[in-house]
Amino acid sequence: MQQTDFRRYSRQSILPEIGVHGQAVLRDSAALVIGCGGLGCAAAPYLAGAGVGRLVLVDDDVIEASNLQRQLLFRTADVGQPKAQVAAAALRALNPEVEVEVHVARFTAEDIERRARDVDVVLDCSDNFTTRYAVNAACVHARTPLVSGAAIRFEGQLAVFDLRRGGPCYACLYPPTGDFSGERCEDAGILGPVVGTIGVLQALEALKLLLGLGTASGTLRAWNALSGTWRMVRMKAPDPGCTVCRTSVK
Amino acid sequence: MDAMMTVMLNGAPHPCGAGTSVADVLREIVPAGRRVAVELNGEVLPRAEHATRRLVQGDALEVVQAIGGG
Repeated sequence: MQQTDFRRYSRQSILPEIGVHGQAVLRDSAALVIGCGGLGCAAAPYLAGAGVGRLVLVDDDVIEASNLQRQLLFRTADVGQPKAQVAAAALRALNPEVEVEVHVARFTAEDIERRARDVDVVLDCSDNFTTRYAVNAACVHARTPLVSGAAIRFEGQLAVFDLRRGGPCYACLYPPTGDFSGERCEDAGILGPVVGTIGVLQALEALKLLLGLGTASGTLRAWNALSGTWRMVRMKAPDPGCTVCRTSVK
Repeated sequence: MDAMMTVMLNGAPHPCGAGTSVADVLREIVPAGRRVAVELNGEVLPRAEHATRRLVQGDALEVVQAIGGG
């Protein structure tokens, strides 16, 4: 195990809300990042930079030239390489104290759940609804807090679901019904700073969760990046008819 | 009687007929098959109540469509 260099973290550990104790908490924490695209590329460096001790990266995709406009962990020469592997190398270079685990694979629901049980927070940085519902179900079963981010065009959404405190889950907010194909950034378009902002906010919410600094669990924040306005939808309790978290209570 | 009323939909006035349900408004503004979160007067409305909850003059409805991109 690497020795913690406290100079590296001095600007955050000087914050009374974090301190040396908080820094040790981060070092002893683990985060699962599902997806190394626009969201994951923005979130993961802040987790590594902050000294989250173990990062687990999952992505089965390879880097394409059309990713470089927004997925800033990747360089032009990386085109054709696996995203998770290149991202991991960049994060290790950023902070060698962080252990980065790489999975160049599309995880099954069972894979996600097993990994979710083994970490302190999960960041959903995926790009499709099938994965989003699988990640949510895994976090519900594992009782691991979930930081969900999504972005397309000039829109972004951010929500934390922490069922340790009995709140709602992603499927309470959005029912797992209808068409799962959804719109993709490849077709509908996305501007880099829009998805980057949401990814950075996912990292912020994850760090707050790890540090016990309070997060608004069950609150959806929807951002219109063109008008610069945020809308909030607050969900106080689980949906009584939720087919994911209401049936998994054992 | 076919009285009209006005509710607030995503912060803007939205005229609708008396007796309109939340589900009626959703059918009007949300493409079929899309997932939405619905907040009525500051509280998320359980899905089972979308069809049964009738809107009244001055109700404030927030509808957010799920996005999956990343």
